Amino acid sequence: MNRNAWMPLFVFVILLGIAGARLGQPEPPLPSALEGKPLPAFSLPLLAGEGRLTPDTLKGRPAILNVFGSWCAACVAEHPIWAEVGKRVDVYGVAWLDEPAKTRAWLAERGNPYKAVGVDKDSRFALDMGVAGAPESYLISPEGRIVAKVPGPVTETVWKETLLPALEAMK
Amino acid sequence: MIAEAGHFALILAAVLALVQAAAPGLAHLFRRPGIAGLTGFAAAGQAVAMACAMAALIHAFAVSDFSVRVVFENSHTAKPMLYKVAAAWGHHEGSLLLWAALLSAFGGVTALWNQGLPGGMRLRVLAVQGLVSCGVLAFLELTSNPFDRLSPAPFEGRGLNPLLQDPGLAVHPPLLYVGTVGVSVAFAFAVAALWSGRIGPGWARAVRAWTLIAWIFLTAGIALGSAWAYAELGWGGWWFWDPVENSALMPWLTATALLHAVRGVERRGGAEGWVVLLAILGFGFSLLGMFLVRSGVLTSVHAFAADPLRGVFILALFGLIEGGALALFAVRGHRLSGRIAFAPFSRDGALLLNTVLLIVATGVVLFGTVYPLLAEVLGIGRISVGAPFFDATVLPLLSPLIALMAIGPLMRPGRDSPRRLLRPAGIVGGVGLLAAAASAAWGGWAAAGFGLAAAVAAGTVLLLWRSRRSLTRRGLGMAVAHLGVAVAIAGMTGGSQLADEAIARLPVGGSLVLGGRSFTLAEVRAVPGPNYIATRARVTGPGGLALTPETRRYENPPQTTTEAAIASTPLGDTYAVIGEGGPDGAVLRMFSKPLLPWLWASSVLMCMGGGIALFARLPRLRRRER
Repeated sequence: MNRNAWMPLFVFVILLGIAGARLGQPEPPLPSALEGKPLPAFSLPLLAGEGRLTPDTLKGRPAILNVFGSWCAACVAEHPIWAEVGKRVDVYGVAWLDEPAKTRAWLAERGNPYKAVGVDKDSRFALDMGVAGAPESYLISPEGRIVAKVPGPVTETVWKETLLPALEAMK
Repeated sequence: MIAEAGHFALILAAVLALVQAAAPGLAHLFRRPGIAGLTGFAAAGQAVAMACAMAALIHAFAVSDFSVRVVFENSHTAKPMLYKVAAAWGHHEGSLLLWAALLSAFGGVTALWNQGLPGGMRLRVLAVQGLVSCGVLAFLELTSNPFDRLSPAPFEGRGLNPLLQDPGLAVHPPLLYVGTVGVSVAFAFAVAALWSGRIGPGWARAVRAWTLIAWIFLTAGIALGSAWAYAELGWGGWWFWDPVENSALMPWLTATALLHAVRGVERRGGAEGWVVLLAILGFGFSLLGMFLVRSGVLTSVHAFAADPLRGVFILALFGLIEGGALALFAVRGHRLSGRIAFAPFSRDGALLLNTVLLIVATGVVLFGTVYPLLAEVLGIGRISVGAPFFDATVLPLLSPLIALMAIGPLMRPGRDSPRRLLRPAGIVGGVGLLAAAASAAWGGWAAAGFGLAAAVAAGTVLLLWRSRRSLTRRGLGMAVAHLGVAVAIAGMTGGSQLADEAIARLPVGGSLVLGGRSFTLAEVRAVPGPNYIATRARVTGPGGLALTPETRRYENPPQTTTEAAIASTPLGDTYAVIGEGGPDGAVLRMFSKPLLPWLWASSVLMCMGGGIALFARLPRLRRRER
């Protein structure tokens, strides 16, 4: 038996241990560049017609801003949660890269849980916010600061374990 | 429907892989040699089934079938056809399917191409390949099914990352995959050798041929990836020591070492254990790369979306395949090594020393790549190890290796004397020192780089001159590849040490000075593209030079990319990028990169050298078969 022949296996097992230990750790959240910052200035036409959605619309109470689109499959899956979330906090929608007529039809079919919906057809708002894909949601403080960002769909778990505690902490 | 057929083909392939892995063992167990005959059929069938699965996925992308989840997530109707097809492997599931399909294809070719091996060895090689396939296909089927459907089907897809819309990048992953998967064949040979306890005739030849094939594709894939980063990322750099780049470099370094070490075994035996270990490590680095890219442990431009279950699965797969092979090596490796039949001071000795240096360099790259993981596990914090570490550690290691590469081939195989070597070493060293002295004005690194490049070139030319009457195709292949290395070192040195850079915010009509030449921003205008809007600038320079760098704004998904404009001459590149800008001006950034095009030429030389050496092999193999 040659003892040196065990060295590669030995080194490999150590390497495997490191990788395994790293896998076991929860992913440290990448600090969002926006968190804690005030909302960028925006002014979106309302889906309902008259008026505009601006940071001032949201001020005074905590709010959730949800970026969605009628073309977005994950948004369909996410949609039902907003009716429940809407009971605890004001939810505003931003219809991203979408025709207002399609958004209206989509909401008519699935219910409209939003307090107001802004239209971001040319992606100006999404670029300012650094939206990576729909859906994406933000928790906004009464002073208009971004408290949390959720890329991807807000699930039951995300709502109960991330957004709700942050909301309670604000009150 | 076609997607379901693809899924079915995938499952069929997994079953065939299982048959391929188990048949030789079962034949032995039940004393029915007939069962072993299934192995080859299973391997060939698996290759065909996987080709069908891949074709089904490409079809789904070509016709934009958004009811297939990965198509919806990664494609868009407004994309040119080339990128629709390339999007089939531009994401985790599809690229893994391609990886597995190539693995099966290599298995199929191993089964069909006799290679002059004894039957027992062939069966063992195929069984090992079947086992590896089993693992990868189970991973694909259980965690990353590319044929998942969406209901209801969306009307439009989300689009592919626009950064990936580049013809070079459409072919870069497949080429690289052929390389990283190709080293699995040498791995299977190594495990088969450990299993049978001896290295039979034809083994070294076959390992060399397969490694050479993988090496050529690895070289081409890495070169294309660098060329893409150079042209597309707009930083004027071509290598960033990114963990994922490193995970392609490590198999390349190991395959290079294997290629050279197996030459010794083929010629006169000795160091078989080392060759087997290199073959096992080579595929290990391929698997490590797969783990790093797909488990989400690293943040990188190359990383695919993370899913913890996938990470655990790949780690287990990696542990079983690589750990199993290394354990087998630990128990049986010593049985393989024959008597070393050459003196330390000989061509074979130099070759062996260089393979050790290559593996040490690989180890350093490995350390730098996984150190951030280690730091996180130990709670030291989030650390990223970058170019300064690698430049300071890998380059000094590579210098003696390259010096040895200049002189080693001039030594006699078996045994040589320092006295005999004095004259050729004097010539090579003299040319190197002359080049170093001539370029000393640009600094120490430039002197070292050009000196080494000249020494390797001189050594290779001297070798060609000496063997001009007895030049074999294999010798020619080696010389061409070594010349490629010399050209590459010159290109890298020129492109980094002699480079110049200038940046300025210019109004239209304004100019900046780069390395004594003046460039003028002549015009900035908006140009619509097929699925983006470009801001294109026209920059004019001395000698009628005109460059048109662009920034492109894509809509789906919304993203901005830079398209550098590069004017190449054999003496160097002039590279221009624009930042934000409008009709009246823009931020213009320019680089001069002397000799950098040599780097791309060198990869062509290396691949050509490999090809010449490879085709020198094939006819002889066939003769042996008869």
